[in-house]
Amino acid sequence: MPNYAYIALIPLLPLAGFVVLGLFGRKYFRSFSGVIGTGLVLVSTGLALWLAYQFFFGTGDTALAFRSHSLIMLKAGWLPFSPHLSIDLSAIVDPISVMMIAVVSFISLMVHMFSLGYMKGEERFATYYSFLGLFTFSMLGLVLSGNLFETYIFWELVGCSSYLLIGYYYDRPTAVAAAKKAFIVTRFADLGFLVGILILSFQARTLDFQTLIERLLDPRLPHATFLGVSLVSWGLALVFVGGAGKSAMFPLHIWLPDAMEGPTPVSALIHAATMVVAGVYLVARLFLLYGSDPGVLQIVLYVGVFSALLAAVIACTQTDIKRVLAYSTMSQIGYMMFALGAYGYTASMFHLFTHAFFKALLFLCAGVIIHQVHSNDMKGMGGLRKVMPLTHVCFLVACLAISGIPPFSGFFSKEEILLAAWHANKLVYGIGLFTSGLTAFYMFRLYFSIFWNKPSEGHPHKTPLVESIPLVVLALGALFAGFVPFSRLMNPDGAPETGSVFGTMSIAPVALALLGIGIAAYLYGKENDRPAKVAAAIGGLYRFAYHKFYIDEIYSFVTKKIIFNLIGRPAAWIDRNIVDGLMNGLAAVTAWVSVKVKGIQSGKVQDYALYFFTGIAGLAIFFIYIYT
Amino acid sequence: MSQVPLNHILIVSTALFFIGMYGLFTRRNMITMLMSVELILNSVNINFVAFNKYLYPGRLEGVFFTLFIIAIAAAEAAVAIAIIINLYRNFRSIDVEDADEMKF
Repeated sequence: MPNYAYIALIPLLPLAGFVVLGLFGRKYFRSFSGVIGTGLVLVSTGLALWLAYQFFFGTGDTALAFRSHSLIMLKAGWLPFSPHLSIDLSAIVDPISVMMIAVVSFISLMVHMFSLGYMKGEERFATYYSFLGLFTFSMLGLVLSGNLFETYIFWELVGCSSYLLIGYYYDRPTAVAAAKKAFIVTRFADLGFLVGILILSFQARTLDFQTLIERLLDPRLPHATFLGVSLVSWGLALVFVGGAGKSAMFPLHIWLPDAMEGPTPVSALIHAATMVVAGVYLVARLFLLYGSDPGVLQIVLYVGVFSALLAAVIACTQTDIKRVLAYSTMSQIGYMMFALGAYGYTASMFHLFTHAFFKALLFLCAGVIIHQVHSNDMKGMGGLRKVMPLTHVCFLVACLAISGIPPFSGFFSKEEILLAAWHANKLVYGIGLFTSGLTAFYMFRLYFSIFWNKPSEGHPHKTPLVESIPLVVLALGALFAGFVPFSRLMNPDGAPETGSVFGTMSIAPVALALLGIGIAAYLYGKENDRPAKVAAAIGGLYRFAYHKFYIDEIYSFVTKKIIFNLIGRPAAWIDRNIVDGLMNGLAAVTAWVSVKVKGIQSGKVQDYALYFFTGIAGLAIFFIYIYT
Repeated sequence: MSQVPLNHILIVSTALFFIGMYGLFTRRNMITMLMSVELILNSVNINFVAFNKYLYPGRLEGVFFTLFIIAIAAAEAAVAIAIIINLYRNFRSIDVEDADEMKF
């Protein structure tokens, strides 16, 4: 049994960075603070990669590690409520958590490093790094949590740090509004998560993942139902609501595109590679439960596939490059979700892994481009391939990876997802296939609009080394991550899964992807009026998608018109008139009584003596005649 | 010679107590109020001595208490007179009606 005590350091080092930089950064470290933050995360990443190596390749047999029930590596009692219920701080080490901490710390390191160049000269540079440290700590803690309660704590912490980072440019009203929106929407979803936790833990009488899963899978569990559906299913569905909120699944996705108001490296870290996959991770963590509940799994499946399709359609019409990437993130997370819904546990985790690389890469490239062009709008771009050759190559690699062109990483993971969907549900497979074509189309629409479209001119722009290193490293990741033997390393119950076959099944997705790329090249390869013609031809649908299917408008209608008028106003009326009235009444009565009573305090010594004497006489009479 | 009955002595002390009480409530002059307080204390002293003599003739606690009360009354008189002097310095009067600033 190898010693895993050092894993506590992996989340704690970024926390130390947060504390030190948050307290002293602005005053003492200033421009130096980025190096401190990056250094701490570098150590963390080193430890995380060492852990991954030790876990996957050192002990040799991951299936054994899964079965031996020794997943909890660190445990500290925290809130012992009763002998049967105590909340511990524990760290769980199993294939998915190890994979996740490796990914999270690695992407975090890349983003830390990239930000050294990207955020240089910002006034709140140290604050930025301290927030990044807080986020990294929370995300690593979330991944390592050994029980639901701990997960919930870190879940809220990532939400909080996401809020802080989206609202980093707090002098921009749009950023403030976006931060608020993200916080409120995810909070709303977290309510479901909390209720789900309460139901599940009430049923299982524990919060620890392992014990909880064991007890809930026990057929002797008393069968309790609510509205005809078993309580466990309710709990799982509510937990999924929380996961859907964090992972921007329809209909709780509205915060993600707006969250792009944050600094671009933050979007790469939080809103592309790590935090938004927390929902997927949560479902995967409880997958044995979800897997035993086909009803809830169907919800996961359809929500996932619908989100994937919806986001892909919207992404085809957006012109803000970060928003396109945001919708693409949503679409890819939809893929991961429906993979889970189709029992494709390994496929989903695999896609999570590869997606982290190419999506972070896309965002970092977008950051470089935005700095160069000083605009987010792709209409103003074009012909940048000579100006920024390195970014061009990296972006192309990432686009090929996300489109699922072999041998880039996205091909392998998407292949497995589609395979899982094929076995589970033909309709979902069809939608997934169509979406993968759309993915290729909108990614290459982006690519051609940025780098081609207009005649390329100008001399190469120099990217600072701290920015280009992460780009290159991530590009290598996007290229080669697909060759990691995932199906050997990771599966839900520890049983070895037979390697997937890339044969006839991969013809259709690749062909569709190539078709998508071809259409994108035809429409956007050179400046012309074809896109406008196409948009005009499908008019209504285009406008519909361009306005994101008016989902934001529906939300504001529902909240402003219906909820505010029907619930908010009566509630406010009750608050002002009844609750406040009660309190004001109490205060008024008190004031009235005190006005009446204050005459007693006359300031005359003899009055006091009289009260005193009366009191004593009263007591004497009481004790002599009544009490005895 | 027959002893004075206890009741008579208690009547005297009660009378003295209420005379003192009356003085305390009606007089506005601090010195007179102080004198009234002394009357109340002395009525208590009489009670102590009387009960000691009639109920527990062999013991001395009542007498000791009386001695203590006399000593404390002397000290109290000193403090009270100091207070009265301060009162006079502040208000140019020792009428308690004039010193009624400590109120609502």
